Amino acid sequence: MSGPAAKAYFGRRYMLSASHRLHADALTAEENRAAYGKCNNPHGHGHNYVVEVVVGGPVNSETGMVMNLVDLDLAVQTKVLERFDHTNLNLDSLFEDRVPTTENLCRTVFDLLKETLPADSLEHVRVEETENNFFECYGA
Amino acid sequence: MILLTRRATFSASHYYWNEAWTAEKNEAVFGRCANRNGHGHNYTLEVTVAGEPDPVTGFVVDLKWLKDVMEREVLAAFDHRHLNLEVEEFGKGKLIPTTENIAITAWKRLAPAIKKAAGAQLSKVRVYETPEIFAEYRGGE
Repeated sequence: MSGPAAKAYFGRRYMLSASHRLHADALTAEENRAAYGKCNNPHGHGHNYVVEVVVGGPVNSETGMVMNLVDLDLAVQTKVLERFDHTNLNLDSLFEDRVPTTENLCRTVFDLLKETLPADSLEHVRVEETENNFFECYGA
Repeated sequence: MILLTRRATFSASHYYWNEAWTAEKNEAVFGRCANRNGHGHNYTLEVTVAGEPDPVTGFVVDLKWLKDVMEREVLAAFDHRHLNLEVEEFGKGKLIPTTENIAITAWKRLAPAIKKAAGAQLSKVRVYETPEIFAEYRGGE
């Protein structure tokens, strides 16, 4: 069996539900309110985030795969979903010094997965906060 | 440069099996996808072409033309078929019809036809196996 040794991309969409509050300690109460609007409400609010993870690489000629879905699932499950699903993002140590905007969540997820997935396999991470807004991180 | 994407759906069955491996290894690597009786999906095919809008029509390509190309080159062969048994590229264990290989195969079927459209080129092919799982091919080796 010989498959084309072509580079392809493989992705999966996962869901996680979490709460957050957008509030920067460096800003005054008024400045926070101006910057973040209702996202600054003191008790926080939540989203059903969709986390789309895309890996890229040569298609293995024996399996026909870029990466076994089981391995991708395991990485996302252990590094991302177990950490963030049904939690308050502001209380996670990774957001001690960073506001848990979806931009920062996206980059954080990218960094967590980059550490655990095979070298150079992670193409990008996309986090959809609602159906109408999303953020993408390609590293760098 | 404008990217234009058209979607189409097809339904097909497949299974994953490497003839060079033992049954145990196939089952270990491919799990439930190795069931030799096959299983099926509603696939979504997304074809993206790139080009400049024609100064007269404002089109990168005519969407109806692209629809016909997708229908003729891919859907006519894949829709309501067993990919392992009925699609030439995957026949006799030549190539495992993973989502990655379906995307690459669709690209190879589409590229020559799309090349004929003046000013547009195939940019990427994305195949969703389920709404959550997809593979993408952008050409090249």
